[in-house]
Amino acid sequence: MRRLESREDLERFREEALSRRPERFISLGMGTASRAHGAEAVYFVLKEEVAKRGLDIPIKATGDHGLCGYAPVMVIYPDGVLYHSVKAQDVPDILDAVEKGEIIERLLYTDPMTGVTYTYEEEIPFYKKQMRLVLGPMELVEPLSVEDYLCHGGFSALTKAFFDMKPEEIIQEVITSGLRGRGGAGFRTGWKWEDAAMRPSPVKYIICNGDEGDPGAYMDRCLLEGLPYGVLEGMIIGAYAIGAHEGFVYVRKEYPLATHNVQKAIETLRELGLLGENILGSGFDFDIQVVRGGGAFVCGESSALIASVEGRVGEPRSKHVHATESGLWGRPTVLNNVETLANVPYIVNRGGEWFAAIGTEESKGTKVFSLAGDIYNTGLVEVPMGITLKEVVYDIGGGIQNGKAFKAVQTGGPSGGCLPASQLDLPVEFDTLDAAGSMMGSGGMIVMDEDACMVDVARYFVKFLTEESCGKCVPCREGLRHMLEILDRITQGEGTMEDVDLLEELGYVVANASLCGLGKSAPNPVLSTVRYFREEYLEHVKDKKCRAGVCKALVHYKIIAENCTGCHICFKECPVDAITGEPKGVHVIDQEKCIKCGICKDVCKFDAVKVV
Amino acid sequence: MAEVATVENLEQNVREAMARYGNNPARMIEILQDLQDIYGYLSKDLLKEVSRQTEVPLARVYHIATFFKAFTLKPRGKYTIQVCTGTACHVKGSYRVLERLEDVLGVRAGDTTDDLMFTLETVNCVGACALGPVVIINGKYYGHVTPVQVESLIKEYRER
Repeated sequence: MRRLESREDLERFREEALSRRPERFISLGMGTASRAHGAEAVYFVLKEEVAKRGLDIPIKATGDHGLCGYAPVMVIYPDGVLYHSVKAQDVPDILDAVEKGEIIERLLYTDPMTGVTYTYEEEIPFYKKQMRLVLGPMELVEPLSVEDYLCHGGFSALTKAFFDMKPEEIIQEVITSGLRGRGGAGFRTGWKWEDAAMRPSPVKYIICNGDEGDPGAYMDRCLLEGLPYGVLEGMIIGAYAIGAHEGFVYVRKEYPLATHNVQKAIETLRELGLLGENILGSGFDFDIQVVRGGGAFVCGESSALIASVEGRVGEPRSKHVHATESGLWGRPTVLNNVETLANVPYIVNRGGEWFAAIGTEESKGTKVFSLAGDIYNTGLVEVPMGITLKEVVYDIGGGIQNGKAFKAVQTGGPSGGCLPASQLDLPVEFDTLDAAGSMMGSGGMIVMDEDACMVDVARYFVKFLTEESCGKCVPCREGLRHMLEILDRITQGEGTMEDVDLLEELGYVVANASLCGLGKSAPNPVLSTVRYFREEYLEHVKDKKCRAGVCKALVHYKIIAENCTGCHICFKECPVDAITGEPKGVHVIDQEKCIKCGICKDVCKFDAVKVV
Repeated sequence: MAEVATVENLEQNVREAMARYGNNPARMIEILQDLQDIYGYLSKDLLKEVSRQTEVPLARVYHIATFFKAFTLKPRGKYTIQVCTGTACHVKGSYRVLERLEDVLGVRAGDTTDDLMFTLETVNCVGACALGPVVIINGKYYGHVTPVQVESLIKEYRER
């Protein structure tokens, strides 16, 4: 690969890339979610079949397209025909259709609620309500192709920042934009940069936080996998603005593909001269290393992450001194989330004012969410701030699956809370969500239907946090353990009325007295569920009932005689031989033997097994 | 398959892992990750060798090896079964799949079967929420897993 010595070199390279850009190509989502759905097999057959037929159609293996629940997703450009759930055996038909200019009906997306079938990607309601800014180029570029990235304006922000702007002007644009950290706390990025920039230290660092530990959140994984150059460009601009010459990308070890792509992208940028000494002849030196995380949720916290980069255990420290003053190895350090950095090139290119026009008064720009749970369209979505939760859940998410009722939407992961139907009109903003007892967090959004037990969900998060608490400070370490004990009691039907109040009281202590953000936000799942779903707690305590049928100690399985056809399948599948009955006769569950694994309910085709 | 540790290969592998990270003890987590990839787990001898070569006190190496979830101090099975217990998988019933796996394998999450065939563990989220509940066996993803499938899945791997 050639080395680019100047801005002109880069622009020449871009022109060449643009002149070679194909009009017609097939884009196949190949991120982790798509691979788990078998996208690799489709890719290989597609490659082979295109070569065999001698077709001149490039195949782009891109990041995930967003509609993860329908992966593998394929889009045929320039028209934008979208096929979903594609299998290897569909490939010959698809290529036949492409050659003849036809459409394959059976692979088109049909809206599960309205039954309307859509041919083109842009028409699908899932995409229509979104504002795909950061995710915009996702399906158009191969993650590691610099040429693809250049064709979509890649590195134009970098050259503008280096050659047309002073560092303080860049920082001013970021301040004007109102960009707030996308990792959870929502601290203003511009202020962070400004503070680090004014420090006189000759050595400064910038760290990209890709330790996405929230269960149910995968925005950063998709960005690092699908658009590594976008994140790195933002990071280089940030380094230039604050005067850092060394940077680190901290990636979660559970994300092997993301780690690989970022590592390769960095190597390519070094070869091109976009990282290393004298970038594009500007006189500015900057290089980046990838650091793999050790698998600890607490390392998403800035001071714990810094400790971990220094090769120590990831324990946070109190933050009366900010990392921007004394961070990594005691030097001024800026720590930004992956998505935050991916926004930077757009702000530099189009200006802070433009960015600030998107969103609401206090929350600017867009936010990427990973939408999951009991909705039709599970996937990665990007929406303008201020959109209501209802629009995200129903218009984009397609509503609740299988005709069930909506119960709650969980935002912010273990630091966030569960919001009920009455809060669905809330706009998605940092401060509104905080006030409602949840938080924006990094962008996990999990929708739960009537089959989710809110006490169990609270217990789930507290258990998670008990395990992930680093143990340094007492309120978090001990407080969470005792909250878990109380929740265990309640889910086992041994809770008392005092327990619910005690749970709240303990929650406030943990929130107020813990050292870092993990502990401070840890009680949110409990406090929000007690606030909005108190009656469910009371049912568990007083009536010893779990209306969702989740808490094992409070339910038992029963076969409804009228529905049982005697198909005998539950008899065969029961792992503890708790079911008796002859073929074609009514079956009965022996409650003494039953371990409540639920297999009989899963296998029954006649809806004869009920949880009561 | 994991390499069996000898005095010689430990000495050499630790030296190579350190060299990969510029002999910088600050990269301890990654050095240990690389070594775990080779041996499957971090043995007492290995931790001692790392401490000797990096000149980091053994207590600190041990602290790191026990703090982070990525590390295991016990030998692992031929197949690692990871059950995703992320929120989306949880509400889709991954805990039921996990319980069934514990029953069928006769071990608790975090442990290895006596015949060293299977290591069962949970993982907080693999970011494949659309597939939940997700089970990953040696890197192969299984989506929408139900408790009833568990027995035949294990049988399939046992018979390989």
